[in-house]
Amino acid sequence: MLLMLTLGVLLLAGCHRDDGIEWRLTNVSDHMPDLDFQLVDDHGKRVGAQDYRGKVVLLYFGYTHCPDVCPLTLAQLHVVMQRLGPLADGARILFVSVDPARDTPEVMHAYVNAFDPRAVGLSGPARDIEALSKRYRSAFTREPDRADGQYEVSHSSAIYVFDGKGKARLLATPSNSQDDMVHDLHLLLSLGSPS
Amino acid sequence: MNFRVTRTLPLLAAGLLAAFAAHATEAEHIRASQAWIRVLPGDLPAGAYVTLENTGDQPALLRGARSARYGSAMLHKSSAEGGVSRMAMVDELPVPAHGKAELSPGGYHLMLMQATAPVNVGDKVKVTLTFSDGSTLDADFVARPANATSASD
Repeated sequence: MLLMLTLGVLLLAGCHRDDGIEWRLTNVSDHMPDLDFQLVDDHGKRVGAQDYRGKVVLLYFGYTHCPDVCPLTLAQLHVVMQRLGPLADGARILFVSVDPARDTPEVMHAYVNAFDPRAVGLSGPARDIEALSKRYRSAFTREPDRADGQYEVSHSSAIYVFDGKGKARLLATPSNSQDDMVHDLHLLLSLGSPS
Repeated sequence: MNFRVTRTLPLLAAGLLAAFAAHATEAEHIRASQAWIRVLPGDLPAGAYVTLENTGDQPALLRGARSARYGSAMLHKSSAEGGVSRMAMVDELPVPAHGKAELSPGGYHLMLMQATAPVNVGDKVKVTLTFSDGSTLDADFVARPANATSASD
């Protein structure tokens, strides 16, 4: 009965499930493709989007040799997860390396676990990472080598949020506050697992 | 003998003046606080942050840093223009007279690389900050966990 009522409301509201919800992050529902990738997780296992069905996914591109912005973003996501309390168990942070040459699963494992137990480090062949990056129009560029042979990688600063069905829902940028993230993730996670 | 004294006296005075002038260094008027390092696993480069306050009447220019605990230290700045995160080396960071400059996550920071020995959370790491007149300031940076967001959270 409740389900029928809900369905009815959704239909009346004009077919969009997000109607009535005031998201604080950018609503990208129907504007971005569903989550889809084939990469290697930080245990060295091949994984795809289907492995994270049922979880709200926070997708972020970065690399471990990035000493400032990537750790800052992951540290902030850790705080967001803490503020979500038990609800955070329904979410996963997928940290995708844009520097697969240096970011092996071992390096990624130590790295993501230094931030949050619900963070997963994804790496893999460059072409697979490029495919995922392009899918979300998120470019990355390897900058010229420095004198010491090291290099930086410029990358998208956005965090892409997917629901438990793998649908793209929200986009967070550095201009969004932690409160905005907590607010929207709380809503998204409270909507429950997909029926 | 007398002749020699009269000749050396002005030189001595000039030397003293130079010593006094050299004494009024940029570093002398800088107070460092909230100094911390974000320690990452393995030998990944670490970001270091500090608030610099200039109590002097002249601006100071931070040029860089060095530490016995790291093989190299560079002054960097992160930016996120057009939705793209970038990091670039910068030559200097001005600390205005009677003002302050912050090295903080997402902006100016020191990139510390090649730790000579593992740096553990809780360690105090001495970092020498260098200014444009060649003067230096030693500050103790506290090593904090990867997921810290400030000097004390």
